[in-house]
Amino acid sequence: MSDALLTVKNLTVDFHTARGTVHAVRNVSWSVSRGETLAILGESGSGKSVSASAVMNLLDIPPAEIVSGEILYEGKDLLKVSPEEHRALNGKKIAMIFQDPLGHLNPVYSVGWQIIEMMTAHGRPKDLARKRALELIARVGIPEPEKAMKKYPHQFSGGQRQRLMIAMALMLKPDILIADEPTTALDVTIQAEVLALLKELQAETGMAMVLITHDLGVVAEIADRVVVMNKGVIVETGTPREVYHAPKHPYTQRLISAAPGKGEIKLLDETSPVLLRVEKLQKTYGNFDALKGVSFNLTRGQSLAVVGESGSGKSTLARTLLRLEDADSGHAYWKDKDLITIGQRELLTVRREIQMVFQDPTQSLNPRMSVYDLIAEGWDIHKLMPNKAERRKRVIELLEQVGLAAEHVDRYPHQFSGGQRQRIAIARALALEPELIICDEAVSALDVSIQAQVVALLDGLRQRLGISFIFIAHDLGVVRDFADTVIVMKSGEIVEMGPTEQIFDAPREPYTQRLLAANLDPDPDVQAERRAALTDA
Amino acid sequence: MAEVISGPQSTVADKGPSLLSMLWRDKLAFSSAIILLVIIVAALIGPTLLGDIATQQNLRGRNFPPFSLDRGWAFFLGGDSLGRSMLARLIVAAHSTILIALGTVAVALTIGATLGLVAGYAGKHVSQIIMRLADVIMSFPSLLIAVVVLYVLGPSIPNMILVLAITRIPIYLRTTRAEVLEVRERMFVQAAKVMGATHTRIILKHILPVVTPTLVTIATLDFAFVMLAESSLSFLGIGVQPPGITWGLMVSQGRPYLNTAWWLAFWPGLMIVLTALSLNLLSSWMRVALDPAQRWRLETKRKKNV
Amino acid sequence: MIKMIGQRAIASILSLLVLMVLVFFLSRLTGDPAVLFLPIDATEQMKEEFRRLHGLDLPIIQQFWHYIVDLTQLDFGDSLRKARPALDVVLEAYAWTLPLALITMSLVVVAAIVLGSLAAFNVGGFFDRLVSIISLIGASAPDFWIAIVAIVVFSIGLGWVPTSGVGTPWHWILPIAVLFIRPFGLVVQVVRGSMLSALSSLYVKTARAKGVKNTRLIFVHTLRNGMLPVITVIGDQAAAMLNGAVIVETIFGFPGIGKLMIDSILQRDFNVVLAAIMITALAIFVMNILIDIAYSVLDPRIRN
Repeated sequence: MSDALLTVKNLTVDFHTARGTVHAVRNVSWSVSRGETLAILGESGSGKSVSASAVMNLLDIPPAEIVSGEILYEGKDLLKVSPEEHRALNGKKIAMIFQDPLGHLNPVYSVGWQIIEMMTAHGRPKDLARKRALELIARVGIPEPEKAMKKYPHQFSGGQRQRLMIAMALMLKPDILIADEPTTALDVTIQAEVLALLKELQAETGMAMVLITHDLGVVAEIADRVVVMNKGVIVETGTPREVYHAPKHPYTQRLISAAPGKGEIKLLDETSPVLLRVEKLQKTYGNFDALKGVSFNLTRGQSLAVVGESGSGKSTLARTLLRLEDADSGHAYWKDKDLITIGQRELLTVRREIQMVFQDPTQSLNPRMSVYDLIAEGWDIHKLMPNKAERRKRVIELLEQVGLAAEHVDRYPHQFSGGQRQRIAIARALALEPELIICDEAVSALDVSIQAQVVALLDGLRQRLGISFIFIAHDLGVVRDFADTVIVMKSGEIVEMGPTEQIFDAPREPYTQRLLAANLDPDPDVQAERRAALTDA
Repeated sequence: MAEVISGPQSTVADKGPSLLSMLWRDKLAFSSAIILLVIIVAALIGPTLLGDIATQQNLRGRNFPPFSLDRGWAFFLGGDSLGRSMLARLIVAAHSTILIALGTVAVALTIGATLGLVAGYAGKHVSQIIMRLADVIMSFPSLLIAVVVLYVLGPSIPNMILVLAITRIPIYLRTTRAEVLEVRERMFVQAAKVMGATHTRIILKHILPVVTPTLVTIATLDFAFVMLAESSLSFLGIGVQPPGITWGLMVSQGRPYLNTAWWLAFWPGLMIVLTALSLNLLSSWMRVALDPAQRWRLETKRKKNV
Repeated sequence: MIKMIGQRAIASILSLLVLMVLVFFLSRLTGDPAVLFLPIDATEQMKEEFRRLHGLDLPIIQQFWHYIVDLTQLDFGDSLRKARPALDVVLEAYAWTLPLALITMSLVVVAAIVLGSLAAFNVGGFFDRLVSIISLIGASAPDFWIAIVAIVVFSIGLGWVPTSGVGTPWHWILPIAVLFIRPFGLVVQVVRGSMLSALSSLYVKTARAKGVKNTRLIFVHTLRNGMLPVITVIGDQAAAMLNGAVIVETIFGFPGIGKLMIDSILQRDFNVVLAAIMITALAIFVMNILIDIAYSVLDPRIRN
């Protein structure tokens, strides 16, 4: 501990909210040394970002209040220095990068201007700053640095923006880089590149890194040490290997056992009849081909996963099948009716048989409707179950089926947690007794532990009720646990299709292989092996 | 699984304090509500109760100065140029003033919101036609509309409402359309579509309830604006005509006496300011109170040094 | 940009044409100018003469056709009241309204941005509440009443400024002051709200993490973003002012477009009304283009 560069000691922060005081973090202590990467791992609401915000003096006080503790850097307590002194350290000695760089970059100034400002704000001459900015933009892998300097944040892709953020953070060669969920919004292949870049840059500069994340895979890939947080408290500290292989705290044990991608792979029942036959589905937006002739079959009780990175066309596929968008050409035969061309009346019948679960339940549930109204709406639309008492009974049954309780029936969506809301959305889909449920990233907005529960719930429904699933996802671990067949998509085309086992254990196409390689395994040993294999090759 | 359900978030059964108790906490908004209530009561019962006093001319009470009880409480705010009680006239004028404003807001809101829902939800062409129509109305000088209507149809309270409502429709139309354009893309609307909901159902059950709080807030604000517009027209002589009275007309009638009897124009103007101010205050309170995302601001007590 | 202006121009011309037709026919519903212009004891013959002189005896469709034909040569017809080309009368009035609108709006913009921003940085504080109350009162007060009270206090009571007319710079003070109040009340609220949301945005967090100084944070990072919604409101207010401040111009005897408009409407001087509407529409069109340009200068996302 003596060589620690930055030490947080017994930090307690309260948030004063409408519903009383919340202890955001209690007695949190950690430290990071030169050249070391410390990961702070936690789910939403664990308080994992709070201590870093305190380090950067970014907490809004009030409603936050620093109750006790100290943050030591170069012998000074950062909680006691003057705002001006603190400002002088920010960016220069301790820099920070964030999730979602689009929101975190100023939309009205060019990225060059913003990167240069990092140095000019600390009194360095502008021409020097410009030179260094050009160097760093090239270093983080942005083509044509001169041109890039003049462009605005919205003109870059998500991965490029994060690279530019990193370039900005490194302008003054800081001692410490704090990265708050730096790769969460990125595709897996981009995530792997950004993490690799961070590691290289750390090796070059010897800076310390504090990485805040919810992703065990990221921890396994990059961290030297990890602190696990739950409900504002550090529950466990250790190396990633210790924590992964021998978790001591029950919370950590639960978290690790919930990590996806470790279950038994499911096998397709090849005797089932075909339910949906998609042929050469095509969709173009302007001059962007979202779908370039997609064909596949889906059988009764099958769970078909569609994986791909952003822009691969996987969501467009769902939207055209559900007629939320009109396909340009192609067919989708659902029991001999072509979903793409049938009229409104027939479509109504289909709309009962095919249901959808959306990514974010906060948005897919009307906030002004009670749970009862939400679930019963389908019956209103399709004129089913006219008997009020029966309806209520059935709603309660459905709630119990998805792991909620009768008492929840008259509440409103905002009174539930994210995972519970997704259960309500699933209950709503089940109310019409569908034969197919299309899940569009249905678990990606949920915390890992909740994710595992929802996936288990969906799988149970599939087995008990014989419902088919089209499961659109970018998280390969979840797909491996849930699907029996996988379609890999890229740029509007199916790259590879096959049984889950084959796709994961013996991928044929290079793209699938790259995708799998980029997917981070929560086991540090597996990640280490992969890295070793890469350097050998 | 059971554990998640009994977790801390599921115990949020309370819906927070009621709107009324939230109103009580914001003293400015609360006083505004009280003032408006008093004015509405005055507008409702004023003409029946005080109609006679308001029209009774008393030549000895001409331009009687205010703040004196010599001639009884009715002349506490003074007398007008014909010796009528200012106080009684103010209360009676409240009736037409409020009636016109209320009628205008109701008509403009209904027509504007309906057109806005259609423009926001229907296809591009219908939407374009409706929006161009709104443009034309917006650039049509309201004074001319007033003169046309009053000349062709004659001056009356319903015609006054018609004039003002025409000019206010675009406000509701544009706001509603903008909101609908945003709301229709929300996931829960898509979810309803996937379930097979009809357009009517989507509009009435999913879009309208989300748009309503904004409309209520705007209507409150607009009520104040309409009142000012009506006063302006009446002031210019192309609004309500005597013997009808509104506050705006009273200001106009008091104008020739500015040098000698300031109170003739002052009190009705003050009433307008007071009402409009209360409406503005209430509207800005509502903007927060009706928005679930911002409501917490009112639920907490104001802390010192915040 | 050029393309956008073109599209806008076409849409505006279409709306303007509809407007013109409406105004032309509706205004003729409001009564016979001959009755209003000539003395009450004028004979029927004199009225006939008057109508023939001004082409008012023709069928209304024919009147409209003549009007359109003249319009293609930029001839808006003559003013009945002033017996001069309507266009000249309107442009003269604009020469008064334009500086009035320009000065007032400049004052509004500067005052609203400064005070609104200060209120936003000091949110919940004394200054913030003061600005809020002032702006609310400003937005609630009828201008005719303020004008009257101002005349009573400053002209009649204190004798500081003249009551009406336009002779000296002193004459401009009260009209500007009264016109200032409402737009200021509206704009300052928008500035405050928009600065507040800009201040709580994520890029401000980044700037703080970079160690950018507070003043720079406010005036460089937030102000430009915060101005975007403000510009729209300023545009609306400026448009209203270009329409002429009927009340204020009437009360202060200011010979601007607003006063011209109401006088012409009341006296059925149709040619002037139509000319005024069209010139106003042109002025508002130009101003909207300026607003769009300002927008695209401030926000690079709009440029492409």
